[in-house]
Amino acid sequence: MTEIWDGLTKAVELIISLDPEVIEIAGRSLRISGTSCLLASLICLPLGSLIHFHHFRGKRVLINIIQTLFSVPTVLVGLLVLVLFSRAGPLGFFGILFEPPVMVVGQMILITPLMLGLTISALSGVGQEIVDTATSLGASGFQTAWLVLREARYAVVAAVIMGFARAISEVGCAMMVGGNIKGFTRVVTTAIALESSKGELELAIALGIILLFLALIINIVLNRLQQR
Amino acid sequence: MSLIKVAGLTHSYNEREVLQDLNLSIAKGEVFALIGPTGAGKTTLLRIIDLLEVPSEGDIYFDDKRIPRSGKQRLEIRRRISFIHQKPQVFNLSVYDNVACGLRWRREAKNRLTGKVDHILEMVGLEGYKNRNARTLSGGEAQRVALARSLVLEPEVLLLDEPTANLDPVSTAKIEQLISYIARQHNTTIIMATHDMSQGQQLADRIGVLLDGKLIQIGNTNDVFYSPQNKEVAHFVGMENIIEGVITANKEGIATANINGNAIQAVSSYPVGKEVFACIRPEDITLALSKTQSSARNSFQAKVTQVTHLGPLSRVEINCGFRLVALVTKISAEELNLQVGRDVYATFKATGVHIMEKEINQ
Ligand SMILES: Nc1ncnc2c1ncn2[C@@H]1O[C@H](COP(=O)(O)OP(=O)(O)O)[C@@H](O)[C@H]1O
Ligand SMILES: [Mg+2]
Repeated sequence: MTEIWDGLTKAVELIISLDPEVIEIAGRSLRISGTSCLLASLICLPLGSLIHFHHFRGKRVLINIIQTLFSVPTVLVGLLVLVLFSRAGPLGFFGILFEPPVMVVGQMILITPLMLGLTISALSGVGQEIVDTATSLGASGFQTAWLVLREARYAVVAAVIMGFARAISEVGCAMMVGGNIKGFTRVVTTAIALESSKGELELAIALGIILLFLALIINIVLNRLQQR
Repeated sequence: MSLIKVAGLTHSYNEREVLQDLNLSIAKGEVFALIGPTGAGKTTLLRIIDLLEVPSEGDIYFDDKRIPRSGKQRLEIRRRISFIHQKPQVFNLSVYDNVACGLRWRREAKNRLTGKVDHILEMVGLEGYKNRNARTLSGGEAQRVALARSLVLEPEVLLLDEPTANLDPVSTAKIEQLISYIARQHNTTIIMATHDMSQGQQLADRIGVLLDGKLIQIGNTNDVFYSPQNKEVAHFVGMENIIEGVITANKEGIATANINGNAIQAVSSYPVGKEVFACIRPEDITLALSKTQSSARNSFQAKVTQVTHLGPLSRVEINCGFRLVALVTKISAEELNLQVGRDVYATFKATGVHIMEKEINQ
């Protein structure tokens, strides 16, 4: 149990002393997961609205599939990205394997079903009466969708927070497609995995606490958005 | 020329027809009241006219042009119509943004938008609420936001669904004033659904009676109130006395109907032998203690069987060989000392009796 206490003090030490390596790793985590979360939001919010506002055959099935993919294991996504981007793979010509961009792609694939599914359920929470009222007041389909997104902003921001949370906390995919290269693709989670395997428990715990700290900052920022 | 025309319109929900073969023409600037009991299909018809819903069969014409069942043109036309739904739904935004959104969606220039929104908020008495979140308003305030939000668009057509259904009498009067102001001042075409006949009578130029998905009667207010087309309409517009009888004579448009052995005279052209209903509005019957000299052709001796006080009015049931209900002011009920068992004379004019054909299926 002392490890946890030591880890806590160490975390405080590392944060206060602005340890360059820790700052660098934390910054990279934030950049990679932030980018993947942003890009996934840009896809999921419009796509979620599109799915929600259109009636088509197989809509129920599609939503079921999306919800099932919430549980996709991170290593499976890692494997998929590895196959796609390996030199011989169909996207191998990008030559980005074991580089940060491919980690962004991996995380986007990982969190897109979650954000998409939660966006759709957020929009479903807005009553048909609101949609009808907007339509009656002369909103176009696009304008109605935008209004409904704003009406559902609490739940929509929650969907984005969930996406970010899953991205920054995953280790399997980052490890497989990033390779945990020091100073280049090492992120907080892969660093924790490495330090624990080396027996450096304090450092691992300290990094874990720093990760939660990052999540706290992001939540505070997004909550500001919710209030508007 | 009609601004809005509904032709052969039928609508079903889950294979159940809730509107059946409706035909209706509404002129520019007209105030039309759609009256009918709950579940008659008023809201559904308004939703179809607002192009929120596509009818199962039939068409809507706007400016004599048929509106397509899908496509961009529907939005253009919808932007000339405002529909105030029965339950006001405010958006989770400030009062100002609620009222501004319709103008923003129409890409109104910002300086004009601000002026219009401020003006309309003042008109509905919400100028102090601009920055409040509309979700925190009371029911009546939310209703006014909904009204302001539609009126600020200066629509050519205003659709109102039971605009005063859940309001107290004072708010109701305010809204009614506002409606007639808009109709007069802006020459706005108004279609309002209401189950309150007196409201229809007060505000509308014409009335359509919707019963069970069918437009049974369309006409000016007097036609509908004093000459209902059948027993259902008569009942709905407050003809409390609907009595079965047979025409026994007809002289120059004054018919005599035999009601249970009593002769009632009425203005009617139905021939002798016709089975009819005689309808008399309770407020058209006067009660007196002695047989008065009057030009009214119908006068019967009767016994009071029941008295109910309804605020300033009293509803008096009498028996004069047949049952009649009369409505008199509470003051005269007291003056006449109307109590159960009291002998009175009931008098009504021949023009106060509406005779209608007894339908085969009734
Ligand atoms: N969305 C719907 N789905 C199924 N039935 C409906 C729907 N909307 C209305 N109805 C039915 O259609 C009938 C007419 O309803 P409505 O137009 O709301 O009547 P009103 O406004 O005159 O009270 C009612 O029997 C109602 O239950
Ligand atoms: Mg209704």
